[in-house]
Amino acid sequence: MMESFMETIRAAFVIARRDFTAIIFSKSFFFFLLGPLFPLIIGLAAGGLGKQVNQDIDRSVIGIALPEDQAEKLVDARASLVKSLGENAIPELLLLPDVSPDDPDMVQYLDSAEKPLTAIISNSLEQPRLSGAERDVKRWKGRTALLAETALSGSSPVAVHTDFVAATGSSKKRTQLATAQGGQVILILLTMILAGMVLSNLVEEKTNKIIEVLAAAIPMDAIFLGKLFAMLGMALVGITVWSSLGFVGVTAISSGIPNLPPPAVGWPIFCVLLVLYFSMAYLLLGSLFLGIGAMATTVREVQTLSMPVTMGQLLVFFLAAYSVTKLGEPVEWFAVLFPFSSPFAMIARAAQMDNIWQHGLALIWQAMFTLIIIRFSVMLFKKNVMKSGQSARKKPLWRRVTGA
Amino acid sequence: MSAVNTENAIEARNIVKRFDGETAVDGIDLDIKKGSIFGILGPNGAGKTTTLRMLLGIIDPDEGERTLLGSLDPISKAHQVGYLPEERGLYQSMKAYDAIAFMGALRGLPLNEGRARGKQMMEDHGLGDAIDKQIRALSKGMAQTVQLLGTIVHDPDLIILDEPFSGLDALNQGKLERLIRGQADKGVTVIFSTHVIAHAERLCEEIAIVAHGKIPFMGKVSTARDRLRPQVHLETRELDGPWRSAIPADCRPLGHNWHFTLPQTGVEPLLEALIQGKAGIESLSIERPGLHDAFVHIAGEAVAKKMDEDAARDSVGEAA
Repeated sequence: MMESFMETIRAAFVIARRDFTAIIFSKSFFFFLLGPLFPLIIGLAAGGLGKQVNQDIDRSVIGIALPEDQAEKLVDARASLVKSLGENAIPELLLLPDVSPDDPDMVQYLDSAEKPLTAIISNSLEQPRLSGAERDVKRWKGRTALLAETALSGSSPVAVHTDFVAATGSSKKRTQLATAQGGQVILILLTMILAGMVLSNLVEEKTNKIIEVLAAAIPMDAIFLGKLFAMLGMALVGITVWSSLGFVGVTAISSGIPNLPPPAVGWPIFCVLLVLYFSMAYLLLGSLFLGIGAMATTVREVQTLSMPVTMGQLLVFFLAAYSVTKLGEPVEWFAVLFPFSSPFAMIARAAQMDNIWQHGLALIWQAMFTLIIIRFSVMLFKKNVMKSGQSARKKPLWRRVTGA
Repeated sequence: MSAVNTENAIEARNIVKRFDGETAVDGIDLDIKKGSIFGILGPNGAGKTTTLRMLLGIIDPDEGERTLLGSLDPISKAHQVGYLPEERGLYQSMKAYDAIAFMGALRGLPLNEGRARGKQMMEDHGLGDAIDKQIRALSKGMAQTVQLLGTIVHDPDLIILDEPFSGLDALNQGKLERLIRGQADKGVTVIFSTHVIAHAERLCEEIAIVAHGKIPFMGKVSTARDRLRPQVHLETRELDGPWRSAIPADCRPLGHNWHFTLPQTGVEPLLEALIQGKAGIESLSIERPGLHDAFVHIAGEAVAKKMDEDAARDSVGEAA
């Protein structure tokens, strides 16, 4: 019994030693070592990014339609409150000198000012009226009272009158931004979970030596595409099941479908685009992973590659997430045009912009890149993998991947 | 490439393949007639598999061109081709008849028809009990047979087999030889590579000998044999006499046995000289060299030539 156990330990040691030396002397181990750097970078980036995105979303601007002397007092009051409470605690104020404090219809000014306004303070400092979307008015009612009391030197409590409107440009922008972020998060999570699996997709063929039978019978591109689409099909089935269960669960818990903020293109088109952009994100990243994975000859090599590949995915996702609040800015255009981040950036656009044609162009652009990546992967595969003899297998993984 | 000869299943002109700067195939020309059994012979590492892969379109040549069934794009003719690679492989979890059907389906055969044919072929080849078994449950020989059946299930016009006899026992080698002959009888072109000369000698009408990525010989088996003079095995009672001038001067006896290459003058003058010179012939046999001897001779010459070329290149390099 003991002898058998010791023999098992000895054999395990032999295997462990072989695997250990094989890994640490491989080029791919370098990437493995770099792996922990990625979460560090991503953690730092995510901290700053999340803060920036939240600030961008929550930056409320309140219009001031008060007599000039009262408006100035209010601005001074804000300045003194900011010193003690901080910039983010008090909303930004925008003077509206052309708006009469007595105008009963403040809604028309909410979206017509130089910036979309969250709400407008009108009437007088003693009896301020706050007009805006219900959610915004309730949020800023207390701060408006504080501002007015400070402006009046805190002589007596100020009662703020409220005036709710259906929706404002600012509140609409925020809800669409939330939808954009939600859409991105869904795409990101699904792609992260599913695309990485493609890495090991050709290993079975190679370990079972079926690849040559396939390569002689059908074009290599077809093998790659077929594998990609099979995996996409599998992913879509998974998504259908997960979303169905999620829908049933949410409906059961909240006794009805929650009233979600609508995206700019409307829910039906947004849902279709979500599926299409997931498919494109999957195909783009999947084709890259398949190409990289095809260079690996063993499961061990695939495992070693999987972490840097996942981290690469995260970097792409953060680029898209960062650009979500930068609509039309160079960084957002870069995210739209860079093939790997394009689907994520475009779903954010679908939530915030109502023109449809751009999605057709983006999908064609992404499909084109998928084909280019597949072509390139096939070229590398034919050049570096389909050789006879041991020399092909002895070539280091790094040289196989880079084609060096 | 000049006009394609429609009588040929395969044509190759000066095809070259290099891997990492090393030349694996170095300017090969091939003409393989339709309906023939053609053998590609060569030692291990000679470039046989790389040549076959280029002919099939699995990899592209760096230089030169090849046509397969008249097409410059071999993969486009895949439906008419069956290929058994040297490294056999099947999906382990597939059932045997399904594996045959899958290979047929890759080459355009409807899956259901492939399944029906697969079952029938397995019955015909004595594998009826294994039809429903997973590949992982089959013996190596059985799995190899299944893959071979998958190679021909779609009734191809051209079958290419890379080292088909390796790993098979004598019984299965015989079965495979019969299968190859059977396909050729139906008009199918069969090309196979091997380093076991006996199979080629029994099956092939024409052969190509590959050595160091070149083809030092291509033609009929008999022509290859004719490259070597017949060998004389002679046993005499006498060890010396005037008859000695009839045999090569450097030939030394092993006891009373003499082995030498038949002189250019032929059999009759030799026989006459032995009788008139009173050699006392106990036994005399003249053997025509086999393909094996021809192969060793031709491949050996190619190896020697290559070594000379390398040495010359090295000396030029050193001088420079």
